Amino acid sequence: MLPVYYYLGLAIILFTIGALGVLIRRNAIVIFMSVELMLNAANLVFVAYARYWQSMNGQIIVFFIMTVAAAEVAIGLALIVTIFRTKASIDVDQISTLKG
Amino acid sequence: MTLQLLLFLVLALVAIASALGMLISRNAIYSALFLVLNFATVAVFFLLLNAPFLAVAQVSVYTGAIMVLFLFVIMLLGAERAGSIQAIQWQQPLAITLAIVLLLEAGFILLGQRGVIPLVTTQLPQGFGSPAQVGTNLFSSYLLPFEVTSVLLLVAMIGAIVLTKGEKK
Repeated sequence: MLPVYYYLGLAIILFTIGALGVLIRRNAIVIFMSVELMLNAANLVFVAYARYWQSMNGQIIVFFIMTVAAAEVAIGLALIVTIFRTKASIDVDQISTLKG
Repeated sequence: MTLQLLLFLVLALVAIASALGMLISRNAIYSALFLVLNFATVAVFFLLLNAPFLAVAQVSVYTGAIMVLFLFVIMLLGAERAGSIQAIQWQQPLAITLAIVLLLEAGFILLGQRGVIPLVTTQLPQGFGSPAQVGTNLFSSYLLPFEVTSVLLLVAMIGAIVLTKGEKK
């Protein structure tokens, strides 16, 4: 196995790109995709350390993260579709009022 | 070892390039497709790390189900090019500065810890990361979280249906 900090470094870079995407993009769907990228970077760290400690616990947690991500995407995209119906836009700058 | 290192470096380059492509592309469809490429490379990393079950789950759940859902919603809404104009002028430079600071900070910590983390030399147990072992763990020590996950998926399903059902006339 390669040294675990190679994978840590890659995960840090991917996580930073994801965080940057959340901050600078205005399209709600792209922001959502950046969140998925950050989750994936965390998954990579979990699997790398599961391999490092030779323990299955890390892999099981990644399995759960994938499930939660799937549920989150289903709800989030449903919210985006609903917002688009009332606002006719998914630009996050336009969604600045609490009342639809 | 050198072959593995070469594979890692090439794949890491592809992963970072596709993540940056997702960040930069103006069209949301391109962003989604770049993200598919990124998830596929991460699946290969899982294979390199002896997690074959997770690699297949990554391909089928992430690049299969989740990204198809994303593409479907983008095309349904026709929102490929939404949100390209910045409303707050100072936000983008500030965000990039903060991201670089985060990257440097994490990189500094990582380089400082380099010698602290010892290398792995021992052999893996037989069948590490195989579907059989994942299943055994899920149904023994992680039985309760596994069952709670099924409730979570049910709630997500009901929530999505209720949210998109629309108002009653």
